[in-house]
Amino acid sequence: MVIGLETHVELSTKTKIFCPCSTQFGGEPNTHVCPVCTGQPGSLPVLNGKVVEYAVKAGVALGCRINLVSKMDRKHYVYPDLPKAYQISQYDEPLCEKGRVTLSNGREIGITRIHIEEDAGKLVHEGEDVFIDYNRGGVPLIEIVTEPDFRSPEEAVEYLEKLQSVMRTAGVSDCRMQEGSLRCDVNVSLRLPGEDFGTRAEIKNLNSFTSVLSALRYEYERQSALLDKGERVVQETRHWNADLGETMNMRGKENADDYRYFPEPDITPIVLSEEDVARWSRELPEMPDVRKKRYIEELGLPEDDASLLVKYLPVAEYFEKASEGVSPKTVDAFLITQMFSVITTEKERENWAPKTSAEQLNELTRLLESGKISRNVAKKTLARMLETGQSALSFLSPEDLEGFDSAKLPEICRAVIEANEKSAADFRGGKEKALKALVGAVMRETKGRADAIEAEKTLRELL
Amino acid sequence: MIRIADVTRLLSEKKLSCRELTEKYLAEAKKTNDAINAYITLTDEEALRAATKVDAKIARGEKLSPIEGVPFVLKDNISTRGIRTTCASRMLEHYEPVYDAEVWRALRDKGAVMLGKGNMDEFAMGSTCEHSYFGGAKNPHDLNRVAGGSSGGSAAAVAGGIAVYGIGSDTGGSIREPAAFCGIVGLKPTYGAVSRRGLIAFASSLDQIGPLASCTEDAALVFDAICGKDPMDMTSRGAEPVSDRLTPDVRGLKLGIAPEFFENLSDGVREAVERAIETYRALGAEIVDVSFPTLPYSLPAYYILACAEASSNLGRYDGIRYGHCAESFADLDDMICKTRTEGFGAEVRRRILLGTYVLSAGYFDAYYKSAQRLRRDVTADFEDVFTKCDALVTPTAPMTALRAKQHASPVEAYHTDICTVPVNIAGVPAVSLPCGADGDGMPVGLQLIGRRFDERTILSLSLAFERATEGRYLVSAGMGVTEL
Repeated sequence: MVIGLETHVELSTKTKIFCPCSTQFGGEPNTHVCPVCTGQPGSLPVLNGKVVEYAVKAGVALGCRINLVSKMDRKHYVYPDLPKAYQISQYDEPLCEKGRVTLSNGREIGITRIHIEEDAGKLVHEGEDVFIDYNRGGVPLIEIVTEPDFRSPEEAVEYLEKLQSVMRTAGVSDCRMQEGSLRCDVNVSLRLPGEDFGTRAEIKNLNSFTSVLSALRYEYERQSALLDKGERVVQETRHWNADLGETMNMRGKENADDYRYFPEPDITPIVLSEEDVARWSRELPEMPDVRKKRYIEELGLPEDDASLLVKYLPVAEYFEKASEGVSPKTVDAFLITQMFSVITTEKERENWAPKTSAEQLNELTRLLESGKISRNVAKKTLARMLETGQSALSFLSPEDLEGFDSAKLPEICRAVIEANEKSAADFRGGKEKALKALVGAVMRETKGRADAIEAEKTLRELL
Repeated sequence: MIRIADVTRLLSEKKLSCRELTEKYLAEAKKTNDAINAYITLTDEEALRAATKVDAKIARGEKLSPIEGVPFVLKDNISTRGIRTTCASRMLEHYEPVYDAEVWRALRDKGAVMLGKGNMDEFAMGSTCEHSYFGGAKNPHDLNRVAGGSSGGSAAAVAGGIAVYGIGSDTGGSIREPAAFCGIVGLKPTYGAVSRRGLIAFASSLDQIGPLASCTEDAALVFDAICGKDPMDMTSRGAEPVSDRLTPDVRGLKLGIAPEFFENLSDGVREAVERAIETYRALGAEIVDVSFPTLPYSLPAYYILACAEASSNLGRYDGIRYGHCAESFADLDDMICKTRTEGFGAEVRRRILLGTYVLSAGYFDAYYKSAQRLRRDVTADFEDVFTKCDALVTPTAPMTALRAKQHASPVEAYHTDICTVPVNIAGVPAVSLPCGADGDGMPVGLQLIGRRFDERTILSLSLAFERATEGRYLVSAGMGVTEL
């Protein structure tokens, strides 16, 4: 299976690509419009510098070469959501070229190009009537085109998840699929190992990871059935019907598209200096892959934990802030085991805002590391902190904070063994479970301040 | 003919109020327009509003700026908010823009008095003004002849005494050719000198707004009022004002004569232009021989580039958001198809088809790419010429104003533009000034082409000629307002 992706990502600039209208999603229809984005006669586009900056940042984050000179072109097609009857895009001189993304299986996916363009408006069907909302018209997009490097639907989805994470980390797009700020066209063909590429079908406008996965799996079945029967795959554009769970030919698109590209005369070429690119590159935060590698190699975190922490920039930043001056491993443990089990949805993680601040988590970790509180107390305390947003100290009694002198542990353990002769005898007789009861007794005796693992070790030695 | 300075003096000396002046022009325009069809729309209300404001300023004893209170005509492809802007097309017959063109804003802010919107070839496509949905503008010097195009209405209004000056647009000669045909001065500024925002696009890389005036000084004053960098037009660069830097002293200037521009001229044109060259020689300019080998290729290159851009720029007229919309249709495609067939005239449809064809897959390289290469070659010819001379002197058109419906074929009509299109292709400035008359008494236009952003030299040369010939070629057609 051979797959290539074309992904449209809406850039999160405040204003549109060629006019000062707002890019805010979900306004009343036709309230974020002006003569430029509704294509009034005589109106002229002015390229938004932020769009170029964001697109270059996206390019750098994906390891692309940035073309210091590029230009805009007009791409013509007739549809009511496109008010000028052409889309201003980039044809043969895109802003970024030749990048790459590495998948978890080590395979490299080539990025062919990234170009900037304007989004179209939206048709709204109400009964018999069709209305047009131009609020989205002129919202800046980047189109990211890959080489046909994917070999399975799962690889394609992993790439998209990565892309989403990279774009968010770079701060250039929120990539919300449900709001259409990340949309995907897939090209898919089949061949036998070692053969040349087969004829491909294109499936347009997939707007969720699930639909990408399902559409690709469906296409695999459809095309292999055709080929097995000795029939041929037709090169065509198909549409994914999520309700039926199948792809179907988009009618009325039989003729080959002729977009009649030519250079946009209203926009002067985009000329960047090496310095612009260097400055924008410096402004980029550490990318997820690099950060993950650092977490594993320098901080010694488990790979799975590192992956989770770097997926959303706010989580990674929270983690690093909470780890200042304390063991990152301890903070990681709190985050992954306790916080992620309360903060479960992707949306909550994306907009990371737990009630407990990074400073509060840091304080809790310090208390634990200084031996003032035990692991156990810390866990309980964090749970209450996450519920209330209060600091650790507001839940800790003076007794809790006395800490626990581990030198006293053998003495307490001896006392517990004496007081629980039956359990001690059971353990000596081979009943491993009996030890648990003894540990529990030690913890009760120390009001949970002793370290359970240490207690078990000591008991074992004494017995 | 009445000049801007005359009007300013009369207003400042309170010999005449701006309202009286404006009413006089509006009254004359209503009478004369029946004969010459220079205006598509008269804007009485706007004109009187502006005039009242100017009168208040005079009453306060404030000094008037150069074009303040001076009545003018604005070509009807320049957007005026709330005032219909038709492009002389059925498509936009009832279209009222929701915003102002930058040029109109600049003029209005400077106290200009707009009398109305000037007739033109539909979407500025033509060189006779006959392609107007509202009927062509007539030549005030001979009503059986065309005013020229596409800014024919603006030219006819100035020559016919029903506007002191006009604003036109020039994509391949649309200011200079009607100026030549009507015996007035027309300036096509350097591409980028004047903002195009709000100028309804024909061919974006060639379009430029400029003045039509009864003399060189007026053209310079109007140019100063409209030039400037517009941050909302990425192709605009702005320009330095020229009116107080003009000099009639042309001694030592080198004027280039390229033989390619002198082929197939009518006798009247050839004689008048050659006489003008002798006048310059007598004034102390040096006449140098140069060559312009790409001239024969300019016309095809121009028509490919202009039509390609036009086919793109005019795609937006689909009947959905503004303009004409077909009344009955089967579906969306049918609606757009019918709307465009009904809304556009034959010449516009022809150019859209030509432009669509030259951009199509399989033809793009042969046509559009070749034309782009020729564009570089034409530009290089100018660069070469301007190493040898300060300005190129040519006829504006190979003939004087044509009789109505004289063209046998579109291609023949396109040949009218042979001397003017290279200027747009290279984006350089050029002025057309009256330099004589042919045997029928029709005005002949002389074209002076300059270096990019060197409007000063060509306007100085134009002024020098005017002074040397004591303005005898700046003749009134004897209609409209002939004295104040």
